[in-house]
Amino acid sequence: MTPQPGDALPISVRNVTKTYGSVHALDDVSIEVESGEFLTLLGPSGSGKTTLLMVLAGFTRPDCGSLKFGDREVIRTPPHLRDVGMTFQSYALFPHMTVAGNVGYPLRLRKVPKPELDERVERALETVQLGGFGSRRIDQLSGGQKQRVAVARAIVFEPRILLMDEPLSALDKKLRDQMQIELRHLHEKLGMTTVYVTHDQREALTMSDRIAVVNHGRIMQLATPRDLYERPANRFVADFIGDSTFLRVDRRGDRISYGDTALRLAAPPPAADNLLLMIRPERIVLSPEGPREGANNFAATATDVVYQGDSFLLNARLPDGNTIALRGAMRGENVVALPRVGDALTLSLAPEDTVLIDGSEG
Amino acid sequence: MGAARINEAGLRRDERLERLKLFGLSSPAILLILVILVLPVGWLFYVSFIGADGSFSLENYERMLKRKSYARIFRTTFEVSFLTTGLCILIGYPLAYFISQLPNRLANLCLITVLLPFWTSLLVRTYAWLVLLQKQGLVNDWAISLGLWEEPVKMVHNMTGNLIGMVHIMLPFLILPVYGAMRAISRDYMKAASNLGAGPVRAFWTVFFPLSLPGLFAGSLMVFILCLGFFVTPAVLGGGKVIMVSMQIVSNIELFVNWGAASALGVVLLVMTFAILWVASRFLRLEQMTGGGGH
Repeated sequence: MTPQPGDALPISVRNVTKTYGSVHALDDVSIEVESGEFLTLLGPSGSGKTTLLMVLAGFTRPDCGSLKFGDREVIRTPPHLRDVGMTFQSYALFPHMTVAGNVGYPLRLRKVPKPELDERVERALETVQLGGFGSRRIDQLSGGQKQRVAVARAIVFEPRILLMDEPLSALDKKLRDQMQIELRHLHEKLGMTTVYVTHDQREALTMSDRIAVVNHGRIMQLATPRDLYERPANRFVADFIGDSTFLRVDRRGDRISYGDTALRLAAPPPAADNLLLMIRPERIVLSPEGPREGANNFAATATDVVYQGDSFLLNARLPDGNTIALRGAMRGENVVALPRVGDALTLSLAPEDTVLIDGSEG
Repeated sequence: MGAARINEAGLRRDERLERLKLFGLSSPAILLILVILVLPVGWLFYVSFIGADGSFSLENYERMLKRKSYARIFRTTFEVSFLTTGLCILIGYPLAYFISQLPNRLANLCLITVLLPFWTSLLVRTYAWLVLLQKQGLVNDWAISLGLWEEPVKMVHNMTGNLIGMVHIMLPFLILPVYGAMRAISRDYMKAASNLGAGPVRAFWTVFFPLSLPGLFAGSLMVFILCLGFFVTPAVLGGGKVIMVSMQIVSNIELFVNWGAASALGVVLLVMTFAILWVASRFLRLEQMTGGGGH
């Protein structure tokens, strides 16, 4: 009865469109989620990520498109026959039932005999580390415990697909961090194909096998967390994931330059006329000894220096008025003396950290 | 040990002063309640224990126990209240459910139409039913011309007419709390039920209905208690065939000028109402303990 990774089902979304009036909530979306994969839909509010999840769960009927769980076409299947587990942002735990009543609910609907039902409820509760909580009332639980009960209820009937709608957004930061790891472990253990919705990019990076960045009802990029962060496909993705400074650069054939300085690159630039230089604040460094050989150097003046405990944040103005953000670790010479506002600095960016992206978007 | 307790006395005095001020502010309301509620009810109790000769006596209560007609009146009162409440539930619950599922704007419109009768006088509404339901009334005329029945049916001056009128008047008192409770049920609950495998009917009976029960209890209780003391509609539409406690009180005063008997009836009705409220409140608290608070 324990689900094996092989039990998971792939999800295939093809050409799904959903319009509300003239607004495209989903604009011809296609996604293949692999069997057993942890895929996150990441995007700002109103981007369409929740709409897509609701289409998967069957609560939103799209205008057109195809949705397959494995080989089964389910786009016209009502939600209660889809057999997917789901957790809600509000948890949606039934307040008139106990914890065990909630977790046992899907089993009672499936007419599981009482002794087996009790055993499976207890096992699901143990999986989320709430063994023995069965007789509690819902309003006696903390936020984190409610979240765990919601997860237990979603997995107790051993669905092969699990959908999670911003499950951690109501928790405080510390608990959220802990639950992220726990949910990730749970996924490794149960192996269900999981589609996870969040607007928190750090959460997405922490948990996912792959991330689909959604905006204006379209998939902007679908890639591993690392590729997404290091090689964003466009400005929206680069902006949404992590912090960055963007500088417009000029292209003349193969020569890419910022101002008058040609840039040294480690990889060929994207084939676009309109290019942006993306600088991650932790990749650009202070160079107290002046311009570095083989790197891209920028002369700048410090305009803001903020001490943040484990690191410091510095804004520096270039001669042309653009500002670059830089984050440095608090160690070595920085502990002794941080730069001060007004100091003349040299910022240095290694060629492999010099990432050019297509700037025509947005 | 011995941390300095600075300003302790002063702070305590401020606290006391604040409480006095609050009491002072609420004293007009307390006085008002005393004058218009506690005193009259106290006087009612007092009068009910005064016999015909002006001395203390239990004769008003004894009469109630001895005479069969009183028992019948109480039975009718409860019967009418139960039936009205039951009919209000049967009509009001589905209606409230329907309205609660509408989009906001439409729901508000529907609620206004439900509340509209509230703004017309009770008497006007009751007499309107008299006009509609009488033998040559609109309802009989239409039903006969549509061939629903052949002879005019007697629908007023009896229990039927009384119930039609009372249900009409009581319906908003049921719909409003039920609707409130239903609106408070998050749609996520129904989505969750559906996602977990419950079809619409199962989801309704296992999740929505139990969560709407506190509202249904509150509404039913309100209707029932209002029915117990109802006067105008049974007096007009019951045509003397439906005699409720309130009507007996009126005739005790108007016909027999027996304030003691009328007061005793009032006291018994009041005590019964309180008893029902007390039982119901225990019941409701139990409901809350099992988490049926709507959220």
